Amino acid sequence: MNSLKSRLPMPAAADGSGRFRDPAWRRRLSWTLLGLVLAWPLLVATQFKPWQLFDATSLDATLKFLATFLPPALQPGFLLEILKAAWITIAIATAGLSLALLLAIPLTLIATTRLSISRIGRARMNALPFVIRQCARWVLVILRSVPELVFALLFVRIVGLGPTAGVLALTLAYAGLAAKVFAEIIESNEGEAAEALLQNGAGRLQALLYGVLPGCATELVSYTVYRWECAIRGSVIMGMVGAGGLGQQLDTSMKMLNGGEVATILTVFVALVALADVLSARLRRTMA
Amino acid sequence: MSINASALAPRSTLLPGTVVLVSAIALLILGSFWTLDLQVAALLSADGLAKLREFARGFAPPDLSPKFLNRVAVGAFETLAMSALGTVLAAIVGLLLALPASRITAPWLRQGARLVLNLLRSIPELVWAALLVIAAGLGPFPGTLALAIHTAGVLGRLFADTLENLPPAPAEALRINGVSPAAVFLYAKLPQAAPQFLSYVLYRWENNIRAATVLGVVGAGGLGQLLYFYLSLFQMEQVATVVLAMLALVVMVDTMSYFARQKMTS
Repeated sequence: MNSLKSRLPMPAAADGSGRFRDPAWRRRLSWTLLGLVLAWPLLVATQFKPWQLFDATSLDATLKFLATFLPPALQPGFLLEILKAAWITIAIATAGLSLALLLAIPLTLIATTRLSISRIGRARMNALPFVIRQCARWVLVILRSVPELVFALLFVRIVGLGPTAGVLALTLAYAGLAAKVFAEIIESNEGEAAEALLQNGAGRLQALLYGVLPGCATELVSYTVYRWECAIRGSVIMGMVGAGGLGQQLDTSMKMLNGGEVATILTVFVALVALADVLSARLRRTMA
Repeated sequence: MSINASALAPRSTLLPGTVVLVSAIALLILGSFWTLDLQVAALLSADGLAKLREFARGFAPPDLSPKFLNRVAVGAFETLAMSALGTVLAAIVGLLLALPASRITAPWLRQGARLVLNLLRSIPELVWAALLVIAAGLGPFPGTLALAIHTAGVLGRLFADTLENLPPAPAEALRINGVSPAAVFLYAKLPQAAPQFLSYVLYRWENNIRAATVLGVVGAGGLGQLLYFYLSLFQMEQVATVVLAMLALVVMVDTMSYFARQKMTS
């Protein structure tokens, strides 16, 4: 009883001292101090000087820029251009994702162990298929470890400014991501059906269509829709390094410190992302 | 004996809704390719391929001189620091915003706080960074703030949802006994939610390291700034080293979080 008493926070009256005492204060204090000591090199490395934000010259510049946000630029010509850019952004996302799927689907089929014929009845598969699978997996790891923005930067250097670079960057980055998740979805579903088909002499294609897909088709499609939503965000971001669409407009307006245009573009962007969000949530709900 | 598979499969009738949906998606895809006018032909022509090969050859020996490696290491640490500090700040701000955004407060306050969280969340880190570079100047500081702002939106939303979904009994027990709201939060809600909070924070940190590697592209410090600098000078050997460092950083974090997760679940 006594030990329980000392561990529970005591209301003022029961404590006797009349003050609320935190029974864990020593531990909390030492953790806080340790945290601060660990944070010190981080603060130095990031040149964390928040007061810089508030010194006269930088505050002045910030406020001047912020003041130009109002009113947002609403000239018909500019709005038309922004709507066109928004469509380009959607188109980059859609085209990039379609091409990524063209790459990802074969890679998934190579990478997944579910369709291995040499594995049937044994614990291990043959050496050659094993090596091929591992190679496919490594390609996927590399593709998805390079940030899409880096792909975009490189492709802008190769094919020049414009949507082509964005589409190619999305293709490579999302092929790696999608193939990995597709393979995971397939392998997390039960494999008995596919195995039974393969054991009874069905081909890989038949096993895929009748054994694998029926169990996880909705999940696969749902993830693809989610990726499309991410692709829209991604294509705006890649636009900021010159890959076309809304992001490129944003970059231009920001470099010219034209706050009104920035405000309009940001609003359109937030609306676009919200729209994609709602659409994809709706689609996924109807499929589930 | 051949089995007629189509006879065994349950007949599914095509709903008109499905037809409309599929054709809408097909139209969207076709329309996208049609409007974009991709220069794939130019890229895959003999000339384009030669250019591509030349570009790729420029990477060939990555610059591994100790002096440059040192620079990359400093950039990598800066990236790591930006992500860590940004995530910690985001967790603090997110928690502060999650309190009004969870159901324990008045409905109008909850709606307002959620609106703020959505706004913070829906603008990506890179856009925040580009805006903050204007306000705070070049360097890792605006990058850290950008990560913190965007992540505060994400974490705040997740924290608020967690707080709303907690089993109410412990808090209720304290409240009935006359404990003050602050103490109820500290001794019932926070300990209940802490494991979930921690796993969200770790997950976001993992995300933020990826994000932090590229934030430098708009001038916000770290590896991204090095990448952008050398890419602008077309010094591809240095670019190759920086990209390799990014890869290493991401793979390292992924492996670490994979093992941490395994340890936590087992």
